[in-house]
Amino acid sequence: MPHNKSDAFLSVQGLAVEYSSSGEVIHAVNGVSFDLKKGGTLGLVGETGAGKTTIAKAIIGILPRPPANVSAGEIFMNGRDLLKVDNAQMRKVRGKEISMIFQDPMTALNPIMRVGEQIAEAIFRHEQVTKKQAEDKGKEMLEMVGISTERYREFPHQFSGGMKQRVVIAMALACNPSLILADEPTTALDVTIQAQVLDMIRSLKNKYGTSMLMITHDLGVVAEICDDVAVVYAGEIVESGSKEQIFTSPKHPYTVGLFKSLPDINSDMERLNPIDGLPPDPSNLPAGCSFGPRCPNFSPKCQDHIKLKDAGNGHFYRCW
Amino acid sequence: MSQAPSPLLEVRNLKKHFNTPKGLLRAVDDVSLTIEKGKTLGIVGESGCGKSTLGRAIIRLQDSTSGEIIFNGEDITHAGKKRQRWINENMQIIFQDPFSSLNPRQTLEETISEPILISKRFKSKAELLKETERLMDLVGLDRRLRRAYPHELDGGRRQRVGIARALSLKPQFIVCDEPVSALDVSIQAQVLNLLLDLQKAAGLTYMFITHDLSVVRHISNDICVMYLGQLVETSPSKELFKKPLHPYTKALLSAIPSIDIYHQRERIILKGELASPIDPKPGCRFASRCLHAREKCREPQRLVEVLPNHYVSCWRAEAL
Repeated sequence: MPHNKSDAFLSVQGLAVEYSSSGEVIHAVNGVSFDLKKGGTLGLVGETGAGKTTIAKAIIGILPRPPANVSAGEIFMNGRDLLKVDNAQMRKVRGKEISMIFQDPMTALNPIMRVGEQIAEAIFRHEQVTKKQAEDKGKEMLEMVGISTERYREFPHQFSGGMKQRVVIAMALACNPSLILADEPTTALDVTIQAQVLDMIRSLKNKYGTSMLMITHDLGVVAEICDDVAVVYAGEIVESGSKEQIFTSPKHPYTVGLFKSLPDINSDMERLNPIDGLPPDPSNLPAGCSFGPRCPNFSPKCQDHIKLKDAGNGHFYRCW
Repeated sequence: MSQAPSPLLEVRNLKKHFNTPKGLLRAVDDVSLTIEKGKTLGIVGESGCGKSTLGRAIIRLQDSTSGEIIFNGEDITHAGKKRQRWINENMQIIFQDPFSSLNPRQTLEETISEPILISKRFKSKAELLKETERLMDLVGLDRRLRRAYPHELDGGRRQRVGIARALSLKPQFIVCDEPVSALDVSIQAQVLNLLLDLQKAAGLTYMFITHDLSVVRHISNDICVMYLGQLVETSPSKELFKKPLHPYTKALLSAIPSIDIYHQRERIILKGELASPIDPKPGCRFASRCLHAREKCREPQRLVEVLPNHYVSCWRAEAL
């Protein structure tokens, strides 16, 4: 995506991340660029192992190094390159300016710490407040996500999955961050609870004008909550554009295949149309287009380097 | 449900209760259903509604508290050890998580052929190998993976191993317990198509347990919606999606995130969460979350045939 500094709040340029283990190099993220508008929601869509979570971890600076290594790229937030910020500074950014909602609320909370204290801890760390003030703010946050303050002193195991995810969201929002990285925040939840949580995320986001990067594999969630979409395959963005562009006129064969393979709740068709084959091995990516081996329109030219193509109005795709 | 011409499986008033320190947990509470030969019955519900317990009780992985399970005209509810062997050969299960349902120390060949070995249904080693290879071909596993261990395979392939193992004794009936929930959409479609093909080829009967309504519509002839251990609605699958009657079914359907960005359904956001199945109050178990609850909902409800073959356990269903 071309760089447009003016309206981008977060701008990732040419990000590449590798993991190395016992001599093997795994190319998890290969030159990813995207912009997130202020107050906007960008959906990062892709399957398991596409590199979505690695991108988020690189932004918030929690990649385990080693084995991970950011081999190229820049991540600008408010004009500052986050990759050049040192650890001590980054610790102040995390939880305050950027926070992350993790996929699995069962493991994201400390099992032997009262839930209220986990929320208050973030506030106490980052704001100039007394313990008492942090606790009051923590209770306020609990109420905001729809949990009674009576449960402030309970432990995570006393909460259901949906409630735990609310606590995780309360923690993420506690210091009123300007950017939220939501990594599959509703994947572990039941549909009726997912609807509740998405509804809550949406209204809180609107209230505070927070920008959000929504990582998901669920196109339905994207349709519901995102403004823009970037489709990730084998560590590359293969298509990006507004939600309307991607959902009504997908251009890349992988995006088209994803939509086709969904069982449609409104039709009576018998067989599904899966994408043949499996995602490529990230330690041994094919030359040229990484979707080539699974693509129904494959031709030898696909093995050359594929440039981004402009479909107009900010809609780009990586296929000739 | 109505008397089907030749039900392969009939379950009458099945109950499975567990004694817990907090009281009696009614995981499955008075469930009756029938499945015709060669058909698929979908069981839909959220985590903790008892759908997996129901599946396990039916194939007698667990003893039921009361009720009858009639398979092929024979009451198998209290089958002895000898008869259990026959049941195991005719009723099989595919588990949700292909990562934990395979023995990590067994090769694919060992896993797939183990049931045949135990049933002594082979004459020579060569025959056993031939049969294993036939099963691997059937589910689309490459023969050279014969000596591979589960950790070498991705989720989709592991699930194919689970399917091959379930098919190894040529059962008539298979309980599919969330067989595609752990898989990515493009792989999910591959496995669903495989299940449909196998059903056509061998006349298999499925009970398909899932929380994913779009998947269940695609694969089932009839659907039962389950809530806190009880069936709240059963209907032919097309009709259920066209004309859901129970308030819970309506909420469940409306909560599915739709990929149609221009025609978003009006969402019904339910209050609260699943109540506890321990010592539930008499009356409709959904009443505490229901938007239409009335005083009369506290009286016991039963399934009533409102439309041909369409049963619902809500006295207000027709009025709503």
